[in-house]
Amino acid sequence: MKLQEMRSTNFSRFAAERNKLVHTFGALAEIGQEVSNKHNFQETVRTSLHLVLGSLGIMRGGVVRYTRFEHELNMVSARGLGDDFPFGMSLCYEDERQFLANGLYPIECDQARVLPFFQVYDRSLERAKIELFVPLVVRDELLGGIFLGEKASGEQYTSHDKEIICAMGRHIGVAISQRNLMAELERRADENRRLYDDLKMTYKDTVKAFAAAIDRKDKYTEGHSVRVGKYSEAIARELGWGEEEIEGAAFAGYLHDIGKITVERKIINAPYRINAKESTELNKHPGAGYEILQPIRHPYAGVPLAAKYHHERLDGRGYPDGLYDREIPYIAKVVNLADAFDAMTSDRPYRRRRSAQEVFEDLQRNSGKQFAPELVTALLRGVIRELSGESKDKTFRKMLGREYMESEGLMPMVRTALNELAPTTPLTFVAHK
Amino acid sequence: MTEVSSQVLSDSQGTATVFAGDYLNKLSGERIERECRAKLNAGYREIIVDFSGTELVNSIGISILMGVIDAASGIGAKVVFAEPNPMTTELFDMLGLTRHVEIRA
Repeated sequence: MKLQEMRSTNFSRFAAERNKLVHTFGALAEIGQEVSNKHNFQETVRTSLHLVLGSLGIMRGGVVRYTRFEHELNMVSARGLGDDFPFGMSLCYEDERQFLANGLYPIECDQARVLPFFQVYDRSLERAKIELFVPLVVRDELLGGIFLGEKASGEQYTSHDKEIICAMGRHIGVAISQRNLMAELERRADENRRLYDDLKMTYKDTVKAFAAAIDRKDKYTEGHSVRVGKYSEAIARELGWGEEEIEGAAFAGYLHDIGKITVERKIINAPYRINAKESTELNKHPGAGYEILQPIRHPYAGVPLAAKYHHERLDGRGYPDGLYDREIPYIAKVVNLADAFDAMTSDRPYRRRRSAQEVFEDLQRNSGKQFAPELVTALLRGVIRELSGESKDKTFRKMLGREYMESEGLMPMVRTALNELAPTTPLTFVAHK
Repeated sequence: MTEVSSQVLSDSQGTATVFAGDYLNKLSGERIERECRAKLNAGYREIIVDFSGTELVNSIGISILMGVIDAASGIGAKVVFAEPNPMTTELFDMLGLTRHVEIRA
């Protein structure tokens, strides 16, 4: 061969090799981009398989994902393997051990027949003309595998081809690893959510049991804690609080009187107005409630503070600490109003419950003194929305009774109270010690 | 981007032509594959993929074309690649596709 012809042949070979490299590197770049993009997993694997097959001209193939608990390789994406090719393939311990020892490098199927896996699936692999199996081992973990059929050129796989397959396989392995991590995170998040829900349920049941126990001790105010919980919930809802906060307000209401379990039954159940000494004893219940509730890790903030300060008033004339407006925790103000509203609208041994007119006049009169005005407004709004049918909630009807809610002139009375209250009352009462 | 389209040349000869777009990638490739499979299912036994308007074929495009070749050979049909540009022809040759299809200049 003449020198010029030799040069020309070499140049053609060199150009072909260069074009092949350019084509392969293009595919490698694309597979990296595909894996780093946040596409759905199935689509990423499908595209990656196309890229592996297309970069080396491989007629058929498939990507499987290994599920460790079932010891099974499950098909994620396949091209040209046929309908008979198994979707799930079991691995035994020896297969897994050998694949891990082999690492991420193509195994020639016809030379690996000693492994149980290739014996069990011999016919399927042969029918689909699978030549290589690449265990996807990343960080010493078997994540899946790639099955590869014959090359369209009919040539054997070269070591160069195998290196390219390894590089691409690593990307697919990373995609599977990411997917596994995400699945694990989702599983743990689900588990945590379930545990949290269980805990919340246990908490709710415990709180309701406590509320029932408190109310049982005080035979004259039976159901009081539950009603205060419901009114607190209704006020919080009118204030536009989130569901968690609304629930927190309800539980603060249920537990506000828990300190009463430390007060002598005869004082609580006295069928007369108690004397000063007994009153001092009874007035210790907010502090006792706080002591009981404070060590507990409540799912809602402010539950112990609501118990401690639910008898404080905006004008500083409440107890136990005589706090003023801004010093009083907000949740305690909500429970305070709910507590007072229930006290006014419930029968007591020494008095009948007050008429609706008296109650709404009292709320108006004490707004800014005992009660936060915007809370009174919220409560009145709740009553109106229930009376008008705008709200499907029936809290007030259930708690106050049909007779009370349908008493004559209630709606205009509440409307008037709301109108007189809302535009003129200052939001906070300013007082100095 | 040129749309993938197809045309039936002659029913009696059982030949259908599918025109590839200007860039054969995943999106257009999958359309070509659908088109080709539809023609094969309709009974055509010669599928001509026309590359006259195609400038570039990437790896995904190659994989899809191999899928078409595989599907056709499974039912004894013939695939013809018509008018690929020299670079594409070289790519088909380099990857061994020319062993399975006829190239018509």
